[in-house]
Amino acid sequence: MDSRSWTSTCSGGTHVVGESRVPIKQGGDIITARQQGRALAAQLGFSSADQTLIATAISEMARNILVYAKVGEIIVRPEHNGKAGITIIAHDAGPGIPDINRAMQNGYSTSGSLGVGLPGTKRIMDEFLIVSEVGKGTTVTMKKWKT
Amino acid sequence: MRVPILKQGSYLIASIQDALSDEDLAQLQQELVARVGQARTRGVIIDVTALDVMDSFACRTLRDLAHTITLRGAETVIVGIQPDVAFALVRLGLSLSGAQTALDLEDGLALLDQHLQRGNTRGR
Repeated sequence: MDSRSWTSTCSGGTHVVGESRVPIKQGGDIITARQQGRALAAQLGFSSADQTLIATAISEMARNILVYAKVGEIIVRPEHNGKAGITIIAHDAGPGIPDINRAMQNGYSTSGSLGVGLPGTKRIMDEFLIVSEVGKGTTVTMKKWKT
Repeated sequence: MRVPILKQGSYLIASIQDALSDEDLAQLQQELVARVGQARTRGVIIDVTALDVMDSFACRTLRDLAHTITLRGAETVIVGIQPDVAFALVRLGLSLSGAQTALDLEDGLALLDQHLQRGNTRGR
C-alpha cells in the first residue's frame, strides 16, 4: 500500500502555460480529455502516431476514472525537463486500487473489461507512475518524451 | 451522436462520423443487431475511418458487435482503421480477434460479395 500523497502544482494554484484540466464526470468528458491531449501534443510537435498514442492513453485513464471512481480529473501539460515532452495526470478521489501489482497484469480486471488498460497504457508511454491508496484515491502520472 | 446506418441490398453500412462516446457505441451495437433481423441482412460494414482513437473499450465493443452479428447470421467487416490507430492498437496489445477487416468501404463490400458469392448481383 502506498501512502504517498500527491503534492505538486496540480493541487495548488500554480498556472502553467499550456496546461489544461478536464473534469471527468461522464462519457463525453473522455472525448474532451483526449482531444485536449492530442491538441497539446500537436502543439508540442509530437508525430501524428505519438499524438494518437497519447490520446489513447488519456482515453484509457479517463475511462478508469469513470468506471472505478465515477469522478476525477485529467491534467495535461507540457514538460520541459531538459527535453521536451508531455505530462498527463489522471487523478481521482475514488476507492483506490487494493493490489496495484495485480492491476498492472495483462488480462486482470475487476470490471469485466479486457484488463489491458493499465499495462497497455504503461507500454505506450515513456514514464508511468501509479500512486493509489484504498479509500483515498488514485493518481496516475505519465510522460512521453519527444523523440 | 448517432451513427447513420444505410441499407444497400442485403448489406447494412454503419458510417461512424465522429468521435463516439461509450454510450454511442453501445447504442450502435443494439441498433445494428436489431436491424440485422428486420432487414434480413447478410453482411454489415462498420466504417471507422473517422475514429482517431480506438481504446480498449471501443475495441471490445466492436469485437462483441461483430461476434453478435455473426450469431445473428450475418457477416461483419470493419473498414477504415487509420494507420496511427492500427499502430496504437498493436502497441496496446489489443486485437479485433474474430472480426474481419478491410482497407476501406470498397474493399469491405468486395470482401462481403466474395464471401457471400453474390458477385455482381448485389442490389443498389
